[in-house]
Amino acid sequence: MTLDIIVCVKRVPDTDTRVRFTDGATAIDPEGVKYIVSPYDEFALEAAFRTTEAGGSGRVTVITLGSEASEETLRATLAAGADAAVLLRVQGSVTMDGLATAKTLAAELETREEQLVLFGVKAGDDDQQQVGPMVATLLGRPCASSVTSFEVDGGVIRCERDVEGGTEVVELDLPAVVTLTKGEFELRYASLKGIMAAKQKPLEVKDADLPEGRLTIERLDYPPERAEGRIVGEGVEAVPELVRLLRDEANVLC
Amino acid sequence: MGDVLAIAELKDRKIRPVVNEVVAVAASVAKRLGGSAHALVLGGAGVGEHSGELGTFGAEVVRVGEDPALEGYVPETHAAVIAEVVASHGYAAVLFTATALGKDLAPRVAALVDAPLASDVMHLEVDGGKLVGTRPIYGGKALARVRFEASPAVLSLRRNAFGANGSPAAGRIEPFTAALPDGVRMRIVDFRAVEAGAVDVSEATVIVSGGRGMKGAEHWGLLEELRNALGPGAALGASRAVVDAGWRPHGEQVGQTGKTVAPKLYFAVGISGAIQHLAGMRTAQTIVAINKDSDAPIFAVADYGIVGDAFEVLPRLTAEITALRAEG
Repeated sequence: MTLDIIVCVKRVPDTDTRVRFTDGATAIDPEGVKYIVSPYDEFALEAAFRTTEAGGSGRVTVITLGSEASEETLRATLAAGADAAVLLRVQGSVTMDGLATAKTLAAELETREEQLVLFGVKAGDDDQQQVGPMVATLLGRPCASSVTSFEVDGGVIRCERDVEGGTEVVELDLPAVVTLTKGEFELRYASLKGIMAAKQKPLEVKDADLPEGRLTIERLDYPPERAEGRIVGEGVEAVPELVRLLRDEANVLC
Repeated sequence: MGDVLAIAELKDRKIRPVVNEVVAVAASVAKRLGGSAHALVLGGAGVGEHSGELGTFGAEVVRVGEDPALEGYVPETHAAVIAEVVASHGYAAVLFTATALGKDLAPRVAALVDAPLASDVMHLEVDGGKLVGTRPIYGGKALARVRFEASPAVLSLRRNAFGANGSPAAGRIEPFTAALPDGVRMRIVDFRAVEAGAVDVSEATVIVSGGRGMKGAEHWGLLEELRNALGPGAALGASRAVVDAGWRPHGEQVGQTGKTVAPKLYFAVGISGAIQHLAGMRTAQTIVAINKDSDAPIFAVADYGIVGDAFEVLPRLTAEITALRAEG
């Protein structure tokens, strides 16, 4: 059986970014920020590559929703090995309302043939952890979230989920939606050949409507600064004093 | 309608203590919206038995749906039952706990009832009749104040961010027959516990985290001994470098691409303090750093630091804490 897979990705600031914004701002200052494919989406991408390679057939398509700037993100996924990419170009910025994003994505995915839709468990910017299960619900398909590895066997996908206290194994009937977390799918590097080939691969740009966001950002703030700490001392001699401070000053030991 | 619904999460067939906090927040929000707080408990036979206790934290009504199909967590089933309850009553807000389960369930319910969802909310107010929450973004590097422009509002609440300080209410139990969806296409086939009795890093009150300075997986025994000395409730954590190197499982990773934690006490051992790690643990109450390099950025956020070799400091620290706890 040929299994085609579609991977939903998002362009986000590199996790090493020191985010900056001005007073009263509702978005970060993009100046000097390096943008990458969201780290969890990379796991989804690698999972798609390995699944199609193991099956010996099947195409991997990557889709994102955003502005033209996301074309660069899609090219990076094509360089890593995806066969085709789709940009759902929306006006204005994507808001904090994940359901608006999910509706636009679901409307597109509904018209497509892929039996398996993959997401990163969450985006590296909003951290909302919601679009994958929302898309599944809108499409009426089963969804397993926080998956670390999976196997497809006929019309069933067997997933290992990272849950509190252990690993849960679940089976879903295809078509299905799976969101990936860190596990065994570390994304391969794009080869020079891959980067060259990416330029020839199809990247379709489609205009899409994004419903108005119903969860709006009023303001951004920096997290409160921590009070300045102190170096208790050097080496093993400092241990008794540390323990005394933890007990008597910080009050965190019985 | 200003009623607010708190969703109870179960573990081993019992209502988890974190639910008390969600009920208390529901009561406080409902009061400002001119409504009352309800709690929803779904599970197998007998689950309603202690549900009335949620009244202590402010639940006026506790709706209990008992059915063998609700014994374990099956996302599609639970989401459908909750959505039906929300839609038929017309709640102004639905509150979940921001646990692994809550974060899996809340988006499904939000999609079914066509409502926006804010995850990991750590502060909540009512402004002009609208809910306004504060939640971390960029792995905790910034906080966003977000306003709900629609009702119902769906939220998952960060654990221990609010406190379970609700005023008691009636806690009247109202059993109902859950309308189960047909054709569920997901089956749970197995569960493997990580380590019997181990505390998940996201739930721990004390965390002992190791970084690259530990030099290899074979040295983790030193951290385990310290964790054991700190008693039940303590868990191991790890930096991203350590997980990427394969020394520890991802479930232990603290930081932007791992878990965000807020324990009472956090030990960062041999962790330099990359910005993505700091984002995940900076809200800990007390931070202790042990590092050879006195210029390591971790010392900038630590309350107490020891500059030194972890392999020498750890055994002594374990011994001192063991002695202290033995004294009682």
